[in-house]
Amino acid sequence: MDWKRFSFIALIITVLFGVVVMIGQVKQPPLLIITSMLATTIAVATPLTLGALSGVFCERAGVVNIGIEGMMLTAAFFGWLGGIYMYHIFGFTPAVSITLGVFFAILTGGLMSLLHAVLSITFKVDQIIGGTVINILAVGLTGFLNRQLFFGKGSVFGGSVPGSPGVLPTIHVPLTELFTSICGSSAACLQNVQAINRVFDQKPIAISAILLVFLSHYILFNTRWGLRTRAVGEHPKAADTVGINVVKMRYANVIIGGMFAGLAGAYFTIESVPSFEPLLTNGRGFISLAAMIFGNWTPIGAWAAALVFGASQAMLINMQIYRDVIPPAWSFLQESYIVGLTPYILTMIILTGIIGKTTPPAADGVPYEK
Amino acid sequence: MSESKIVLEAKGITKQFPGVLANDNVNFDLRKGEIHALLGENGAGKSTLMNLLYGLHNPDKGEISVNGKIATILSPKDSIALGIGMVHQHFMLIPVFTVAENVMLGDETVKNGSLDRATVAAKITEISKQYGLDVDPNALVGPLPVGIQQRVEIVKTLYRNAEIVILDEPTAVLTPQEAEDLFRIMRDLTARGVSIIFITHKLKEVLAIADRITVMRAGRVINTVNPSETDSAQLANMMVGRQVILTVDKKDHEAEQEILKVEGISVRDQRDLETVHNVSFTVRGGEVLGIAGVQGNGQTELSEALTGLRSPTSGKVTIDGKDLTGKSPRVITEAGLGHIPEDRQRHGLVLSYSVADNMALCDYYHAPFSSRGVIQPKALDENSRRLISAFDVRTPSPFVNAGKLSGGNQQKVIVARELSRNVKLVIANQPTRGLDVGSIEYIHGEIIKMRDRGVAVLLISAELDEIMALSDRIAVMYRGQIVAIVDAKKTTREQLGLWMAGAQVQAA
Amino acid sequence: MQSEKQSNSPIKRLLQSISDASLVPFLAILTAVVIGGIIIKLVGGDPFLAYKGLLQGAFGSKKALSETAVWATPYIFAGLAVALAFKGGLFNIGAEGQLAVGAVFSALIGYALPEWLGFDLPIYIHLPLAIFVGMLTGGIWAGIVGALKAYTGGHEVINTIMMNYIALNTTSFLLNGIMKDRSPTNVIARTPLIAESARMPEIFDGLRIHWGFVLALLVAFLIWWLLNKTTLGFEIRTVGLNPDAAQYAGINVKRTIILTMMLSGALAGLAGSIEVTGLNYRHELGFSIGYGYDAIAIALLGKSHPLGIVLAAFLFAAMRNGATRMQFLTQLPVDLISMIQALILLFVAADAIIRYIYRIKSKGERVVLTRGWGG
Repeated sequence: MDWKRFSFIALIITVLFGVVVMIGQVKQPPLLIITSMLATTIAVATPLTLGALSGVFCERAGVVNIGIEGMMLTAAFFGWLGGIYMYHIFGFTPAVSITLGVFFAILTGGLMSLLHAVLSITFKVDQIIGGTVINILAVGLTGFLNRQLFFGKGSVFGGSVPGSPGVLPTIHVPLTELFTSICGSSAACLQNVQAINRVFDQKPIAISAILLVFLSHYILFNTRWGLRTRAVGEHPKAADTVGINVVKMRYANVIIGGMFAGLAGAYFTIESVPSFEPLLTNGRGFISLAAMIFGNWTPIGAWAAALVFGASQAMLINMQIYRDVIPPAWSFLQESYIVGLTPYILTMIILTGIIGKTTPPAADGVPYEK
Repeated sequence: MSESKIVLEAKGITKQFPGVLANDNVNFDLRKGEIHALLGENGAGKSTLMNLLYGLHNPDKGEISVNGKIATILSPKDSIALGIGMVHQHFMLIPVFTVAENVMLGDETVKNGSLDRATVAAKITEISKQYGLDVDPNALVGPLPVGIQQRVEIVKTLYRNAEIVILDEPTAVLTPQEAEDLFRIMRDLTARGVSIIFITHKLKEVLAIADRITVMRAGRVINTVNPSETDSAQLANMMVGRQVILTVDKKDHEAEQEILKVEGISVRDQRDLETVHNVSFTVRGGEVLGIAGVQGNGQTELSEALTGLRSPTSGKVTIDGKDLTGKSPRVITEAGLGHIPEDRQRHGLVLSYSVADNMALCDYYHAPFSSRGVIQPKALDENSRRLISAFDVRTPSPFVNAGKLSGGNQQKVIVARELSRNVKLVIANQPTRGLDVGSIEYIHGEIIKMRDRGVAVLLISAELDEIMALSDRIAVMYRGQIVAIVDAKKTTREQLGLWMAGAQVQAA
Repeated sequence: MQSEKQSNSPIKRLLQSISDASLVPFLAILTAVVIGGIIIKLVGGDPFLAYKGLLQGAFGSKKALSETAVWATPYIFAGLAVALAFKGGLFNIGAEGQLAVGAVFSALIGYALPEWLGFDLPIYIHLPLAIFVGMLTGGIWAGIVGALKAYTGGHEVINTIMMNYIALNTTSFLLNGIMKDRSPTNVIARTPLIAESARMPEIFDGLRIHWGFVLALLVAFLIWWLLNKTTLGFEIRTVGLNPDAAQYAGINVKRTIILTMMLSGALAGLAGSIEVTGLNYRHELGFSIGYGYDAIAIALLGKSHPLGIVLAAFLFAAMRNGATRMQFLTQLPVDLISMIQALILLFVAADAIIRYIYRIKSKGERVVLTRGWGG
């Protein structure tokens, strides 16, 4: 990541945090606001990070994946649905049910991306059209099943949506406990440690997303698999001439990408809230792609970009808390419709390339013909 | 030589592609330690045969044996395991990878799950020393000159312990001196027991280096001969199937007034690197100025800047006294330019348009092809029928998509369109690349006709023979600069080759 | 090397190209309907009854036919919008947003202009003006994306989607705020009713089919003529098929990209303003959702040909319109239609699958509709 894009990311995050601190400080100390913003940023950036990783794997192997949105949506639905079935029909405990739900979500993402792989690699369908088909199929499939399975004739749930087994728990990092003795009797010290602790107390998918960013980066740039994946995305024929199976590499990476999108889907219905509603992904699959592009098709870069979007969403959420103390001159910040535009406008600005042009893999989007 | 054992043999190879019988019952063998040239014009089936041997395609019929054993080669993996290596005409290198990464790709050395770049680099250095193939393992491949990229390709095959190396048109991108150097490397390799298949369409080269020559034409093997028992004329005859006039018939022609004047232009490419620096020259009516140079020395950007596809960053371009610096292609075309572009499928044609539409691609907007913004199909039709017969374009009808024509006929569509206009200047960039001899002769004839009619012609070509055959004056381009401009009659291949490689001009 | 004979008679060529072009979409629909039937069976429904209900609901009566035409009207406009962009090598996923923006501003002119002016306008000025403003705003909305594509290379696929969300947020803001219907009983985000002088007259008494439908057919013909008979159409198609060759040929590629996007957006905006002036007489939030994807499906099913789009729009309209009857007969949710439509689209887009299933050989080269991120 070059300095221009990095400083842009740092600048935007600072501005977004700054605005909230400025408005919220009458209610709460800045440190508390900053740590709470950070915690939210990391959490809400999770699906974007995973979506961007999904894009990185697909596109590094040469397959444009505009269907991430649809893959996320379908995975969110089936993960949630799987949890409900496990809990209500098969009688598993809530913990087991939601764990299996995450598994179903990943599986769904994998299957949807398998369809994308069949379309774009085997049948050589225009990859953007193929991705759009996935998106439309996802809306149709989840919309239909969401109604049919719960309200259809002979539904086991008898015409109502049963309660979900719940959401994944927060994993507590015992910073506060560790520092209790160091802080001694200083209440301020302890308060600060508690505030900072909130940043680290995240849920499992959010934590694994960050771990996956670094793991993916390592795999892509330091392993045999990564070298071959990038080769297939840059110059598939060259890879072919040294005995690499282009079709197999592309299939594998698209499916891995789909599983990332599946995990992102699980975030919505198993980690964030225990419910599903049609179209709940709300464009985040596409914003992930923008993050991927801005991150120059690298996992760490894409993560940094995803954090910007996370921060803008965190600002929107926090603005609700401080709604009543927004000064009149800033009253437009009360309008969630206007503040809500931030990620979309940011995406468009980023795509102009004025903050540093990035280069896609050379064979991105091009079906391989011998 | 004849006692050497046969390391590779192909028997009765047949391969059908849609619409083309690329290989028709082909027999071919290679002996240990020899350089066996495979000669033929573009489209004769040489590359197809090699792609079959290398496993990129699979034959419909026939068998291949390596070291006396029948081999099943389904993919390059199999051929690499059998000790076959291939240097493709279009390099199979990944520009954003380093030399080491390119070399190890597909045969990686891994330590604790990570790529072991150091070990690979050491091995490359060793191979470099052994065969005199100097390369830096840690350099990015993209910015390397083509000559060095070719070395990387050869190192790639040796890294895999290849004993049979196929070189597909390896001299096409080299200066005559670099070609000599390649020949030295080839002899070094054969001395160490490597056997080489050398694919080319250049007669002089095969006579200079080959131990045996097999000639292919239209998918068939015509004959295999020893260089000592043949000559250029006979080889050319076998290649083309008729007597070939090896020189272009060109009468002297007095150059007229200045048409194209280029004054100190500099151009940046899409990566924003300046690839043309301060270039000046003129072309007069009735002369052909040839621009020689190894590809990638700024010729593409120069021609783009002259034709309006790219804006120069500085300098001035005038055609017939009119300042056209940085003007759009349409303005320049209307000022009297005919442009035969370097990449005919990318710039010159819309492949899914009919021949008729393509023949009016630059003129669709004015009479008689359009009237008040409405296209006149009848005028398009008449125009195309006239040009099809005048320029001998072989097409079933004017309604056929241009993409369905052969390469030679596609180029004739462009030539017909560009030369039939009332032009003062023709810029022809690689006008015969990849064409069959018949089309090459025809297009050369048309270029000379234009010159004799008093049109100024700027010919850009990486084929030194083409430059020497057609030009009245020759400019040599090296690293974005014109290093010399000379009278074509007063120079030699060798001298041009030196300039192409960057030698300083003494006194021209 | 030429094996197939090319007919020189223009009529024969036309017939041949029609049958070539319609074979795969027809089989795609057939396959999707069969698979849809299997799904219905799987969820415990009666596929024959379901499809019977669908047909009855779509074509069973004069009223049903009229309603199908009413559904088809915006589909034709929006389908043409996407198809026109496809012809220019652009993928407009933003018909939804352009439609919403067009509808909002059409409605604004429809209800507010007489107030602003202080007097009533005659219908022959007010109605065309309302429609025109809808087109114009839709065109500008898409034109922004076109300009970004032309001058910065920002990819239109993501940008049109972003513009959809921006349109949705902005119209929410307007319809919940300054443009909200202030009548005391109203609780939803919608505009007031437009003036009588901005409404299209009825064609038949008692049926909802309106002149917008006739306009849609007219515009379809106009787009066909524009694309195939004019120099502008030639430029749009050339840029779409090969932008490098277009530049070489002296076409102003940037201008053509922006113009294509604007025309495409204007067509989508027209879809919105016709719904306002011809049918609903107001704009209501959320009305536009789903049209963008339907429009893509229709454009692909119609092979981007105006005639094909009219037919595809009718098919989609018939399905939407018949769905209610289907639901009444079988208790299957209306959303089933979205499923079947998605399947149709899948098979049309992946025509290779259809060719594979039915062993049809592909003719000619693959049509490139979009390109990668390169811009």
